Amino acid sequence: MTLALAVAVAALALLPLGYIAWYTADIGWSGIQELVLRPRVAELLWNTTRLVVGTVICCAVLGVGAAWLVQRSSVPARRVWHVLLVAPLAVPAFVNSYAWISLLPGLDTYAGALLVVTLSYFPFVYLPVAATFRGLDPALEETARGLGLSGWAVFRRVQLPQLRVALLGGSLLVALHLLAEFGALQMLRYPTFTTAIYDQYRATFNGPGATMLAGVLVLLCLVLLLAELRLRGRRGYARTGAGAARPVRPVRLGAFTVPATAALAALVGLALVVPLASLAYWMAVGASSGLAGTTLLTTTGTTLALASAAAALTTAMALPTGWLAVRARGRIPTLLERSTYLGSAVPGIVVALALVTLSVRATPWLYQTVPVLLAAYAILFLPRAIVPVRSAVEQLPPLYDDVAASLGSSAPDRLRRITLPLLAPGIGAGAALVFLAVVTELTATLLLAPTGTTTLATAFWSASSALEYGAAAPYAVVMVLLSAPATVLLSRDPHGAIATDAPRGLTT
Amino acid sequence: MSSLTVAGLTKAFTSTPVLSGVELHVPGGSFTALLGPSGCGKTTLLRLIAGFDDPDSGTIALGDRIVAGAGRSVAARSRGIGFVPQEGGLFPHLTVAGNISFGLPRRQRNDGGRVRELLALVGLDAGLADRSPHQLSGGQQQRVALARALAPEPSLVLLDEPFSSLDAALREETRAAVSRALTASGATTVLVTHDQAEALSMADQVAVLRGGRLVQLTDPRTLYRRPGDLDVAAFVGEAVVLDAELRDGLAHCLLGALPYEQTAGVAVAEGPARVLLRPEQLRLSVPGPAAAVARVRSVDFYGHDSRVWLDLVGGPTVTARLDGADLPSAGDDVCITVRGTALAFPVPHPTPVAAGAPLG
Repeated sequence: MTLALAVAVAALALLPLGYIAWYTADIGWSGIQELVLRPRVAELLWNTTRLVVGTVICCAVLGVGAAWLVQRSSVPARRVWHVLLVAPLAVPAFVNSYAWISLLPGLDTYAGALLVVTLSYFPFVYLPVAATFRGLDPALEETARGLGLSGWAVFRRVQLPQLRVALLGGSLLVALHLLAEFGALQMLRYPTFTTAIYDQYRATFNGPGATMLAGVLVLLCLVLLLAELRLRGRRGYARTGAGAARPVRPVRLGAFTVPATAALAALVGLALVVPLASLAYWMAVGASSGLAGTTLLTTTGTTLALASAAAALTTAMALPTGWLAVRARGRIPTLLERSTYLGSAVPGIVVALALVTLSVRATPWLYQTVPVLLAAYAILFLPRAIVPVRSAVEQLPPLYDDVAASLGSSAPDRLRRITLPLLAPGIGAGAALVFLAVVTELTATLLLAPTGTTTLATAFWSASSALEYGAAAPYAVVMVLLSAPATVLLSRDPHGAIATDAPRGLTT
Repeated sequence: MSSLTVAGLTKAFTSTPVLSGVELHVPGGSFTALLGPSGCGKTTLLRLIAGFDDPDSGTIALGDRIVAGAGRSVAARSRGIGFVPQEGGLFPHLTVAGNISFGLPRRQRNDGGRVRELLALVGLDAGLADRSPHQLSGGQQQRVALARALAPEPSLVLLDEPFSSLDAALREETRAAVSRALTASGATTVLVTHDQAEALSMADQVAVLRGGRLVQLTDPRTLYRRPGDLDVAAFVGEAVVLDAELRDGLAHCLLGALPYEQTAGVAVAEGPARVLLRPEQLRLSVPGPAAAVARVRSVDFYGHDSRVWLDLVGGPTVTARLDGADLPSAGDDVCITVRGTALAFPVPHPTPVAAGAPLG
């Protein structure tokens, strides 16, 4: 029974991938040649690749530098800096993009795109690297110093090798997010696969062109994901015994204190202050031009209702998979769990495209209805619910069930009095993470929302696309306010453990 | 209280046999210890009795009622068996009172009087009722777990190594409290343990399990004095085992000619044999012409008594347990005299066990 449910969940998660694979096989080699091997695709590939490489390098430098300053140097107010460096995650990338382009319309270039997405994504590197810095044993550095190494040599030869796994993991996360990023790049008019798929879809609905572009994009994601999976095996090993035995004595910056503080201030200024100031500015402009407050309220209501429904559904779907992964360890449960991770690595635009096409062809009565939209949310955000549910099940040994049974408790009674109360925190955490992800989801909502249904993200999108920046601002402010609690949680997480799985929805 | 009868019980996990034909009878109201090394199948036996797993064959009966085997399987919740797991297994989301009243009928669950009664039964203060399990010490958790198991007034209580996670001082105290509570409740008790001192001191009868079989079932004194074989002897206490020649009603060994007895059901013919002594039967004195001579290898001083390691002339090393202040030093030559009788066993086939070393 549980297994059948988990199989159904995995099947749903793999639906978009399966659709792309089936379509590709159906169209045949000649079709692929015609649609994929053309200058337009080469151009998109070049654009996407150089943006991914550039962003990953910039994020790595900023993330590691900031993490070292905050965790290992004597820079003042380190705790404050830590929160401020995680805070940009509360601003969805497409909101950040809007904040910049509305102030500086000349940013619609490669450099502009690089700047904006780097400022949105560097916390993905900062969080795991900072956590690793905290966990590094200071004795190793002291030994190295004792052997006569300089400060720079200690960093390069002792610390950097230990940071490798966190750094690569964070970089891969940046790359995967970037491949899925639509809103931010569309607003900057920087064409990549996601924006091209969207434009194709708008022009020709579900034409083969869009689907084949999606196929290439999925292939890129799978390559990255494969690398990520290979890393994940070693990550647990690298983290064991984390938590330094002694507090680390920070490196004295001396004369460099002022430039280091200035550098952190500049980074936070660009990543946080500029977008927030821009939002405040456009709020003021919007207020003067008069905004329909009721529209904002109803849109917020719709968004919260959709997010609640998606949270409930996705968490319910996560239960059988999370349960089996712990209670029936083995190949099949692992495969089912991995399937949901694989499914959610598919960019939102591809999930939406697949669901549109499938619902039009197979179940026309479902096309443009809430169930299909909820299914897309579930596919995109299942891992967010599975990870906490799974760890809650790990906290619930089968022993409790045995003891309760020996005390005369029946199976439904045990479910009510033992299992559910103990799983509740995990279920709640999973539901909250999905909820927050749905609140700022743009791409799939744009394609799948029933006509007349607007969420905060889509209302923001249509206003800002029409260059009505003042009208768009209030929606962005509500989204930022709703995302803020999750960001506070992330900055508190001692090992940055949820950082690698959780914050995807804050940006797509 | 009701008796427990286990007959011909077998259980295998993925073709690895864990229990093969266990026979066990626990009289109503008695306290039985299941003693065996880890991996001997004792926890599996306990889980079968509790009803958490089903046996492959054989039967389990509570009094006259068959609860497993012979085509029946009564669910764990209908067996009326209390279960105290290794680390207590208290439900972390419930208070002490919530845990204790878990198995009570709905109407009695909010009856503070019943909870206080049970806390008193296990020797805990009524003020603990509103605590969370994680606020209790390990010993307190075990006692609450026992109170929880006793609350529905089960006819049989199963304890799965309940004291193994406690430190030595707490263990003694908790053992005493648990013993008192179980005696007061009058429930039939089965305790699983790998600690022979625990089994010998707490139980009315001890069942020794080895390799998935019951090898001996008897009271603690008989078990220690007349173990069924040399392995059991070494498992339930320190043993001095020597090669001997049985002749004219005496066992001739390195320690001289000793009077000997045999364990019931183990016939030993005259001729080569093995004899068992306990270290406390050995007495040391200044060397003389009559008694066996040994050299002291080392002395482990424990305060209340001591263990002396002795190299026998031309033979193995044995141990003696001595009390008193007059201890020899390493290197001294001493005479050994034996108090009481030795226990004779046939020579095992094919190779004899290395003699003398305390295997317990």
